[in-house]
Amino acid sequence: MNYRMAKTGKLMIEILPNKCDFCGCCVGVCPEDAIELKEAEISIIDERCTNCSKCIWSCPIEVIKFNKNGLPKVVSYEK
Amino acid sequence: MKNDYDIIVVGAGPAGSIAARSAAEKGVSVLMLEKDRDVGYPVRCGEAISKAGVEEFIQPNEKWICAKISQFCFVAPDKSEVWIEFGDAGFVLERKIFDYELAQTAAAAGTEIITRCYVYDLIIENGKVCGVKYESQGEKKEVRSKIVIAADGVESRVGRWAGLKTEIDFREMESAVQITAANIPINQNALYFYFGQNVAPNGYFWIFPKGNNSANIGLGVSGIVGKKKSALSFLNDFMNEHYPNAPILTQIAGGVPCSLTLEKISAPGIMLVGDAARQVNPLSGGGIASGMIGGSIAGKIAAEAILKNNLDHILSYDRAWNDRLGKRHEIFNRIKNGIYNFSDDTFNSLAKTFIKVPLEKRTLGRLFTQALINKPSLLVEVAKVFVI
Ligand SMILES: Cc1cc2nc3c(=O)[nH]c(=O)nc-3n(C[C@H](O)[C@H](O)[C@H](O)COP(=O)(O)OP(=O)(O)OC[C@H]3O[C@@H](n4cnc5c(N)ncnc54)[C@H](O)[C@@H]3O)c2cc1C
Ligand code: SF4
Ligand code: SF4
Repeated sequence: MNYRMAKTGKLMIEILPNKCDFCGCCVGVCPEDAIELKEAEISIIDERCTNCSKCIWSCPIEVIKFNKNGLPKVVSYEK
Repeated sequence: MKNDYDIIVVGAGPAGSIAARSAAEKGVSVLMLEKDRDVGYPVRCGEAISKAGVEEFIQPNEKWICAKISQFCFVAPDKSEVWIEFGDAGFVLERKIFDYELAQTAAAAGTEIITRCYVYDLIIENGKVCGVKYESQGEKKEVRSKIVIAADGVESRVGRWAGLKTEIDFREMESAVQITAANIPINQNALYFYFGQNVAPNGYFWIFPKGNNSANIGLGVSGIVGKKKSALSFLNDFMNEHYPNAPILTQIAGGVPCSLTLEKISAPGIMLVGDAARQVNPLSGGGIASGMIGGSIAGKIAAEAILKNNLDHILSYDRAWNDRLGKRHEIFNRIKNGIYNFSDDTFNSLAKTFIKVPLEKRTLGRLFTQALINKPSLLVEVAKVFVI
């Protein structure tokens, strides 16, 4: 299996798709500036994340989860 | 749009708009960029502000005032209520209109404003910030300036790109959920604050009237609490207990940085204002008025720096902010650390036991609690903190 790689090994931080409210709490506490937040689009900058979990504890609506197996790379089927 | 401005403001919240206006009024060129489609929307706020906090910057207008506040009600964990009369203390705003109007005053002073512009990086040359890189309608572009004012709110990434340490300790971030609900029959001139472990540990739960029996309701929890139970879960529990059938008109998440101001809020070519600078009153979580104050100081100093042709002048902003509010926030922060750590029993019984506490052990936090329950006159003083 091909995994997304954080700064410290496999990326284990998962922002559940379509559940984020774009409030910025996680961004404000992230010590690594590892979260990109646009008007209605959020993503982790894999190579900066240290899996420290601070973003998880700060999400008011529980949409960030710790996935100890690591996040697989999404395979794109586009031609 | 030009490709070079005296000042670029990132973020069109209250702090950004007042910074832009204060600078533009002095005749320098100002561009304000906002990532959202609309200035003022979405609203992530309790919308309460003191009368003085508004009047320093804009004439109160019925268009964006939902309720006039003359009373506070503090509800202890055992549900006993402490009421305080204030005279005309403040307002509950319709912030989407308020923010929009503030931006209009910035525009009237000469600020150019563009929405749907996401700033993703800074232009830095020889250690000085010289402009921003942004994305607009799928295209990446750059625009230069002598000074960038970062008013990008709770996320505060722009300052980081300039090398300032802006991230906030997860324990000091109050992660919040806020709703607007209908059919909430409360006193329409009172702000309600609920305390207690079951309601809002390390903080408070608020119900603020918005007219027509609708109300702005919510709470924030520190990351320490959030580890075990989220703000959303606390909110749902409260609503199920108190107002199970209230229609919910809006629901949104938000973050309130309840810390001291950042150690450094300026660096060559850049100044931070509002939530981005962590200028929120750390005890009350109020940041509209303090953000506008930070913005006005920064905007004026930035314009002076340009007119004097002395860009180093912007570094005097840190001191000016500390003298106006920063130092006061240090006191509020100590009170916060005192009271928000009390258990319910402490909250309920402090009234009785406080008298036995030796003088040297009485902290400001304890005094606040004592005041809360036993001595309303002192509470008037401390409670003002909630709306400044
Ligand atoms: C739930 C909640 C309740 C609150 N209740 C109260 C209250 O009752 N009273 C009170 O006084 N304060 C309250 N506050 C705090 C108050 O809302 C903030 O302090 C205030 O909005 C700060 O203003 P600002 O201009 O600094 O930031 P904001 O109002 O957050 O504005 C920042 C702007 O910058 C934009 N932006 C961010 N990044 C970028 C980028 N990269 N490019 C372009 N634009 C960007 C954002 O879209 C946003 O419009 C509350 C906050 C929350 C979350
Ligand atoms: S786990 Fe830590 S480093 Fe990674 S995104 Fe969350 S807060 Fe940032
Ligand atoms: S804290 Fe949660 S809701 Fe807020 S932006 Fe981050 S993931 Fe989204």
